[in-house]
Amino acid sequence: MTSSLLALRNIETYYGPIMAIRGVSMTVREGQIVSLLGANGAGKTTVLKTISGAMEPQKGVVEYQGEAIQARDPDWVARRGIGHVPEGREVFPFLTVEENLRMGAYSRRDGEIDADIEQVYGYFPVLKGFGRQPAQVLSGGQQQMLAIGRALMLRPDLMLLDEPSLGLSPRLVHEIAEIIVRLNQERNVTMLLVEQNAKMALDIGDYGYVMENGRIVMEDTCERLRNAPDIQEFYLGMKDEGVRGRRRWKQRKTWR
Amino acid sequence: MLGKKRVECGAFRRQGHFVEVIQLLISGVSQGCVYGLIALGFVLIYKATEMVNFAQGDIMMIGAFIAFTFINLLGWPFVWGFLAALAVMALLGAVTERLLLRPMIGEPHFAVLMLTIGLGFVLRTVAGERWGSEPKTLDLPWGSAVWRFGEVTVGGDDLAVVGGTLALCALLYLFFRFTRLGIAMQAASQNQLAAFYVGIPVKRVFGLVWALAAVLAACAGVLAPGGVIDPNIGFIGIKAFAAAIVGGLGSLPGAILGGLLVGLSEQFAGRYLWPGFSDVSAYVLLLAMLMIRPEGLFAAMQQKKV
Repeated sequence: MTSSLLALRNIETYYGPIMAIRGVSMTVREGQIVSLLGANGAGKTTVLKTISGAMEPQKGVVEYQGEAIQARDPDWVARRGIGHVPEGREVFPFLTVEENLRMGAYSRRDGEIDADIEQVYGYFPVLKGFGRQPAQVLSGGQQQMLAIGRALMLRPDLMLLDEPSLGLSPRLVHEIAEIIVRLNQERNVTMLLVEQNAKMALDIGDYGYVMENGRIVMEDTCERLRNAPDIQEFYLGMKDEGVRGRRRWKQRKTWR
Repeated sequence: MLGKKRVECGAFRRQGHFVEVIQLLISGVSQGCVYGLIALGFVLIYKATEMVNFAQGDIMMIGAFIAFTFINLLGWPFVWGFLAALAVMALLGAVTERLLLRPMIGEPHFAVLMLTIGLGFVLRTVAGERWGSEPKTLDLPWGSAVWRFGEVTVGGDDLAVVGGTLALCALLYLFFRFTRLGIAMQAASQNQLAAFYVGIPVKRVFGLVWALAAVLAACAGVLAPGGVIDPNIGFIGIKAFAAAIVGGLGSLPGAILGGLLVGLSEQFAGRYLWPGFSDVSAYVLLLAMLMIRPEGLFAAMQQKKV
């Protein structure tokens, strides 16, 4: 097993008085795709924001490449090689597609930025035709691709992907999933993938965590998570029908 | 200055109605450029940080006094004195942002508003203490030069402010269109969080936006027609704010256009309406704009483009 690239130790994060993360510990190993599952409001996005510095944890340590990075400014964290693709396609709407990509390389001073833009166009050929148009004319899926491409321009070692499948058609979800796997394999980008689309996340992930109410309630390889009865029932929507077509009280489970 | 022109114009009344209109246009445009330059500062800061800086006019006043210090008191050549004043103002803008505004991130809007109004008071008082409250005249290279084209007179100060504004607009356009920093400023104003995530040092960029706004204000203070400065000239900042709203508080071309409209309406109202209307015309224009097209002139066309 390779060494850990990112480790969270007992993170607690608050929104004002509300405790959103209640002591989360997790490990992301180099080269892995790690999936973080959970329902709405479980705290998945907050975990990513805490990693990238947009939120400051009250307690705990975020360790990246052996260095504590919690409570740093997000632009500093980005320059360390963590590319955060936020939820909901946060592109720069009035900049052109190419300017968006160039901004992704803002912290870089090397001469390979143009080559990298071409490489991003290689992964997302559809973006190339829009190079000189403002990003707001792109469709939702294209904006998602642009957001991923923009994060790639950092040449990240670790990418934080926040619900890349949100609001996309099944075909596009498939396409995005393929790109994630390719980036992971071809460019050795470690991925931390937050998803509500549990099927997609478990299919492409190596290791998975399940969050509920701000806590990690389950962790295992994605292989085993896929076959766990609770996951099948609550996240993959498979369940055995009872004799009378109704489940019995005793089988109801919650991790509260 | 206005009164003098009105008397002059009165003498021409019969044959010179056309000349009079041209004359009012010229003074309206040159005064409007001053409003436009201050309004640019309002818009830049508002778009980047979503704060309204009501000290913008007083920053202009400080810029004019610093130029006065270099040029009149220290006797530097105009160009060097002017550039030195701009450098000092850039520093002052960035320091103001760092010390006063950055700690206010996350505080309610009215608190930031009160802070900038208070800053304006402080600047006015400091200027009064330091430079005295009686009006001073900047030594400008164009002095009181006047050119005559037929019956129309154009002052050197009119040409300077219009030329200076055009040059600054061109520079700003090139800066925002082609430089990495200019595009990063747009990015930070369009989507602050995403700008953070791609590694743009957003806080430093905001400091630079303040520096830029202070530089523009200082240009307005030095180029303002007449060249007369006292600690209270900053009050025209309120008219410039009206100009920024008329232009759409989110558009740089809108700020200049709004400034021109305010400047022109002021001149024409002063000439053709009852006494006192020249001073309220900016606000009448503002109210009319808020009723007819509350989003301002340019808002619909380019909602959040710097």
